[in-house]
Amino acid sequence: MSASVLYDSPGPKTRRRSRVASAVSLILIAALVYWVVTVLAAPRVAANGQETPGMFDSSRIDILGNPLVWQNFLNGVLATLAMAGVAAVLAILIGIFFSFVRTARSAWIRVPSVIVLEFVRGMPVLLMIFFVFLVFSTGAYWAGVLGLGLYNGAIIGEALRAGILSLPRGQREAGLAVGLSPVRTRMSIEFPQAFRQMLPIILAQLVVLLKDTSLAYVVGYDELSRTIKNMQSFLGNRYLFTIFAVGLIIYLLMNLALSWVARWVARRSGPKLGKALPNTPKQLGEEGTRAITLPKQGYGPPDPPH
Amino acid sequence: MDALIDVTPLYLQGFSQTLILLAVSGVGAFVIGVIVAAMRISPVPALRVFATVYTEIFRNIPLLLVLFFCAFVLPILGSDLDFFSLALVGLTLYTSPFVAEAVRSGINGVPVGQAEAARSIGLGFGQTIGLVVLPQAGRMVVPPLINVFIALTKNTSVAGAFFVDELFKAANTATRDHGNQVLLMLLYAAALYLVITVPLGLIAGVIEKKVRVLR
Repeated sequence: MSASVLYDSPGPKTRRRSRVASAVSLILIAALVYWVVTVLAAPRVAANGQETPGMFDSSRIDILGNPLVWQNFLNGVLATLAMAGVAAVLAILIGIFFSFVRTARSAWIRVPSVIVLEFVRGMPVLLMIFFVFLVFSTGAYWAGVLGLGLYNGAIIGEALRAGILSLPRGQREAGLAVGLSPVRTRMSIEFPQAFRQMLPIILAQLVVLLKDTSLAYVVGYDELSRTIKNMQSFLGNRYLFTIFAVGLIIYLLMNLALSWVARWVARRSGPKLGKALPNTPKQLGEEGTRAITLPKQGYGPPDPPH
Repeated sequence: MDALIDVTPLYLQGFSQTLILLAVSGVGAFVIGVIVAAMRISPVPALRVFATVYTEIFRNIPLLLVLFFCAFVLPILGSDLDFFSLALVGLTLYTSPFVAEAVRSGINGVPVGQAEAARSIGLGFGQTIGLVVLPQAGRMVVPPLINVFIALTKNTSVAGAFFVDELFKAANTATRDHGNQVLLMLLYAAALYLVITVPLGLIAGVIEKKVRVLR
């Protein structure tokens, strides 16, 4: 195990002290959790003397035995995934488009695209979804998909642009030198490299997109968080906490799974952690000479991880 | 045009609420985020585990559910705050792990040699972090941190769903009152958001350029 450089690998005395500190903080955290659980589990007495059962009482969780409830949750999850999936594809397409127009040579294309990008990136997603819904009257589903796709597309576009800019200049020069047109050079030489380099960032943004589908509640689309709200009003406040807790766990599982996939892909194909890719310029102007010393960079699959 | 003047007081009221939400939860998230980041690199394993779990949980729950938790579950735990304060708590909790990640990545970005040099002249953990690593990390952390605050600005709009009269709620009301000028009302609200986010983005860009030249 490689120890952190920030402190010595601990000796016996420090190790004992650190173990004590660990134990103390564990006890504190456990006490906090215990307190939360007991308060939640305790029956409470309302101002008018009416007593309601605690949050973990069987009268509150018996609802989970009902298959219809699970059916509802499943529908919510499917609706969330349906929106997130289509919006993700759209976001990547829009991102590719933005990265192209943003790096165009003609100022007539570049300047308007910068303005549109800034506008889209500076606006809350919630407002964007609402905007599409009211102005284009597309219906709830497409309002969510278009709003999320546009917003995340702008962010992915910026990431791709950063990726294109970080390539050694020789890549583009070589493409032009062998007679490819500027557009062709961008498409078949620069873009694939930028995409691979920026894949971790794009995937992280897709996790955000999945989380943000919950904002489609504003237009009344029945995804998971709105399902929770609907069930609460349908079944009554008695089940509020139970349904909320289940929904929370479902969200956590979905997002953690996607984050895990993102991290796995990042490990496999992204820039290696802690080690800058040789073609990432560390200083301005440095990339000019780099291309000569690194003839192989960017062609074929990346080196296998050592 | 009349409609624009008509809704201006409502929008300014919402705008000020948005600014308060941004300022207070921004400061709160910064404080908690720095503490969590410090826990994450600390020598005590329990603190490291706690900070990691905290970050993973809050980063993977939609903000809507975090605010839902604050608005409906915290009162069960005995808080008697109003919805505005609860929204502040929710936004702070939701934003703090993002701050922590930004700070941590800044600390990781400081060359290892710096920490090694500090250690080799006999500085302890606190001194290494406080005197050598953090001052250098601080300057690299600023641009990503500003991005976190831009995101926070946009996220305050979600609080509108929980009885906080901020800008998005004002826009919502305005579109209902002036149904024939929906586009105008929404663009007005968007412009007010851009008044906050675009300057922040420009500052981040300038600082980023400065830092890059210095390093």
